[in-house]
Formats: sequence, C-alpha cells, structure tokens
Amino acid sequence: MTSVTDVSPAKPAFRPMRAFQGLERLVVPALLIAGWEAFARSGMLPPALLPAPSAVLHALGDWVFGFDETTQTYSGHWLRDALASALRVFGGFALASALGILAGVAIGWSRLFEKTLEPTLQMLRPIPPVSWIPLAIIWFGIADKPAIFLVFLGAFFPVLMNSIHGVKTVDHNLVRAGAMMGANGRQMLTDIVLPAALPSIFAGLRIAVGSAWMLTVTAEMVAVKSGLGYVLWDSYYFLRYDIVLAAMISIGLLGYLSDLGLKAIMARTLRWQQTTTVQGRAG
Amino acid sequence: MAAIELRNIVKVFSDKRRGRDLLTLDNINLDIEANDFVCLLGPSGCGKSTLLNIIAGFEHATSGRTLVDGKQVERPGSDRGVVFQQPTLMPWLTAIDNIAFHLKLKGVAKAERHQRAMEFIDLVGLRGFEHHHPSEMSGGMNQRVGIARALLMNPSVILMDEPFAALDAQTKLEMQEELVAIWQKRRCTIVFVTHSVDEALVLGNKIVVMTRRPGRIREAVNFDLPRPRDITSPEFNDAKRHILALIREESTRLAQAS
Repeated sequence: MTSVTDVSPAKPAFRPMRAFQGLERLVVPALLIAGWEAFARSGMLPPALLPAPSAVLHALGDWVFGFDETTQTYSGHWLRDALASALRVFGGFALASALGILAGVAIGWSRLFEKTLEPTLQMLRPIPPVSWIPLAIIWFGIADKPAIFLVFLGAFFPVLMNSIHGVKTVDHNLVRAGAMMGANGRQMLTDIVLPAALPSIFAGLRIAVGSAWMLTVTAEMVAVKSGLGYVLWDSYYFLRYDIVLAAMISIGLLGYLSDLGLKAIMARTLRWQQTTTVQGRAG
Repeated sequence: MAAIELRNIVKVFSDKRRGRDLLTLDNINLDIEANDFVCLLGPSGCGKSTLLNIIAGFEHATSGRTLVDGKQVERPGSDRGVVFQQPTLMPWLTAIDNIAFHLKLKGVAKAERHQRAMEFIDLVGLRGFEHHHPSEMSGGMNQRVGIARALLMNPSVILMDEPFAALDAQTKLEMQEELVAIWQKRRCTIVFVTHSVDEALVLGNKIVVMTRRPGRIREAVNFDLPRPRDITSPEFNDAKRHILALIREESTRLAQAS
C-alpha cells in the first residue's frame, strides 16, 4: 500500500523503520553504554572505582562460564547464585500471591472480613519490609527462611491491595446479570467476580514480582550467605565494583525475565482484553 | 391470572444528602397479561426503571406486592430474563458462552451448552460471530447477545430497560423490527422501558404512560395496530397524538402547580 503523499507510485516508499524493526528499543541503552565506556576509558576516574562496561561484561562472563577466574571464588558459579535467589523469589512470591489473592478477595467480597481483617493488615502495610530483618533473623536464623519471609512481606501487600480493588470495582451490573441467570453465592464468586477482578489481580502480581526481587537481594545482603545479593555485598567488601555491577545487571535481567513470564501468562489468561495504545492496537 | 401483577407498589428512596425521603413510585397497580408486549413510557426520573428492577428482583418495593406467575418476587431469578441498558456481558466470555452462561451455572456440559446456544445465535442473526468476545463486536451485536442470553433461559417474562438507547438510529430501527419478529415467533411476555413515544408505539401492544416523579400510571393505552406498523399511517398518528396529549397535560398540570 502506498501512502497519499507518494509522488511516484512506482518507487516503493522509503521505510527506515522496516529495516530496523524492533531495534528502536536498543537505541537508548546502546548510547548509554557507549558513553559509559568512553567515560571510563578517559581516565577521569580510577578504573577500580568505575569499571568500564567491557570490564563488567568480562566479570559477568567469567562468573557465568568460569573461563579465566577473574571473579576468583565466584568463577563459574553464576547459575548456582542466580538459582538460589530465584528460588527465594519464587517461594516468597508464590506464598504472597496465594495468601494475597485469598485475603484480598475475602476482604473485597465480604463485609465481615473487611471489618475484621482489613484494619490489622492495613496497619502492617506501612511498615517497611526491611525493618522486619532483625526479627526475621531471630526467628528464622541465617538461611533461606528469613529471605522468603521478607520477600513474602514485600510481595503480599501489592497483591492484597489490587485484589481488594479488583473485587470491589466489579461492575455491579455483571453481578445483577449473574443473579438474573440464577448464580448462587459460590458461582457468583468463581464465575463472575474472580474473572472480572483478574486484570487488577495481575497488575498486583506484576508489582509484587518486582518487590520480590528487591527484597531477595536486600535479604541476601544481610541475612543470607548465598545468592546474587550476597555476591554483590561480598564483592563490595573486596572493592570489586565490576562484580557489583555484574550482580546488578544479573538482578535486573532476572527481574525483567520474571515480569516477561508473568506478562505472557497474563496475555494468555486475559486474551479477551484488547490492549490498545494511543497509536493503535498492539498485538 | 395475569403474568405479572403489581399491587399498590410504593417505593421510597432515602436521600441522605437532602435529609429527606424521595417518593419514587406512588401506588402502582398494573396487570400484565401473558404474551403482552408492554411498554413503560415516561420521562427520565419517573421511576420506570425502578419499577422494572422491582419486577426483576434487583430492588424491593417499600410496600406493595409483586407477583410473577402468581408467585411473590423475592430475588432475581432465571424465570425473569433481563436485558440491560448496556449489554452487560461477561467480557471474558465469547458470544456463545455469554448466551449459554445460564446453562453453565446449571452444570450443563459444554457440548450441549453450545448446541443449545446456537439456536439463539441464529435467532438474533449472529452466526459467524459466536466465538467473538464482546470487545470485538459492535454495541448492536452485543445487545443482540444480551437478548439471546435472556431468551435462552426461556423465562416467563423478559424485562428490557431501554436496551436500544445507546444505539444509532438505524441500528435501533433494525433491532426494534427484529425484537417484534422474535416476540411474534416465540410468544413471550415483554416489559419494555422507554422514554421514546415512537419506540413505544412501534413495539408495544399496551403502552403504560407514567407521570413525572412521583411515578404514577397516567393511563394504560391498548394499541393493537397490526404489524408491521406503518409509522406514517393515520392510526399510528392518532395514537401518538393521544399519548403526546397525555404527556403535555401532565407538564401543564405541573407548571400550574408550581
């Protein structure tokens, strides 16, 4: 199809974006990295304080594949460290999702739960999860458990709040339509309110998975002796900023991948929802 | 026995902001016979939708009795199909699953649900769109799904609350014709709320003219002009003149009273 402004219809329109389809999202990161590399190599700061991207990549490569032991004891142990963190994220997130959705739906649906349960939970919510660290260590010791507990605290409230909101804002007329078609109380919840609240619940889950990664790393810096956060903090003591940055990149990447996975599940579950952008329909 | 009997229905809403009660329906008495197509006609705020909601069981009258097929209305139920002003479909279900939702709630197996819903897909002319979601269809198509959904329950009455109000003029005409055709084919009782005199005259064989708040029944006009109705015929215009006169009388009376 040629556009109206084309003067010569014989010549195909010049479409610079077609050749670089999808590459536009790489422009900003590429420029940032190039600038950083140039700055690091300029010698304005000692390389130990600001490692160049190439040095960070080297450290990350060795951490993952263990080719020249640049990263010393961590060389080749990336998978083990990442897995340790990921399992804590998964454990805390799964627990928070299950309980958050359950409590959120109960509070949103029933006046009784709203009155009895919600005030307590809302009072606990403003307490920063990290302030639980001392208690978490006393209760659970130095291992996986305090980290999972912290992740749970960070992920629970976004799921809870969004589940409550989702259930409370279900279109009143959908409930009426359900009653008109003969839905009993249980069916009203499972066949109407829950599906209608799902978009909100998923929004909560996506916020929660981000919090989960943040809190895993925080917990690993203080209360656990393994995982990406531990490597990050340990490398800081040994002034290995290249490894610190490599750990930060790993955390960002894994967090991004978790969100991508969640988004894929959401797209499958909420296929009925047409996502639109201002510029038009997005697939 | 009439299909719907309304006896001394009074509805008072408490208006907390103004600190007093609002009399919305004042002593409504009405019998609707089986297979009647009744239009409740009145200005907005006259309580016609409230009256429909009371029959549907969504709201309770402050006093008075509502009987459908001789049984007191306590709560909503599938013996009364409701078509809402907005389609009010489950957005996560396809057209066919929306139409068959009542069967799903009753635990009917999927194959049978779809088989039975197909009849209604055909009835409202949506073949080819049965697997579309509401977001993928136009307002008129969604409202057809809403009508099919109510019909599938095989209710003794169908209650419609200005279902075509949000549609464009042309789609509205089409839908009105189709609704009359469906009513003639399936012989069901319909109570249809509207504020349009023309719509009431095109659809109904009984037109209940309501007064402005508090809602009372001004007159129930029987209108048996054969169908399809010619909206330019003298009979149609006579009836229209009569109903407009009733409405005008009402406004003059209000103007004098104030």
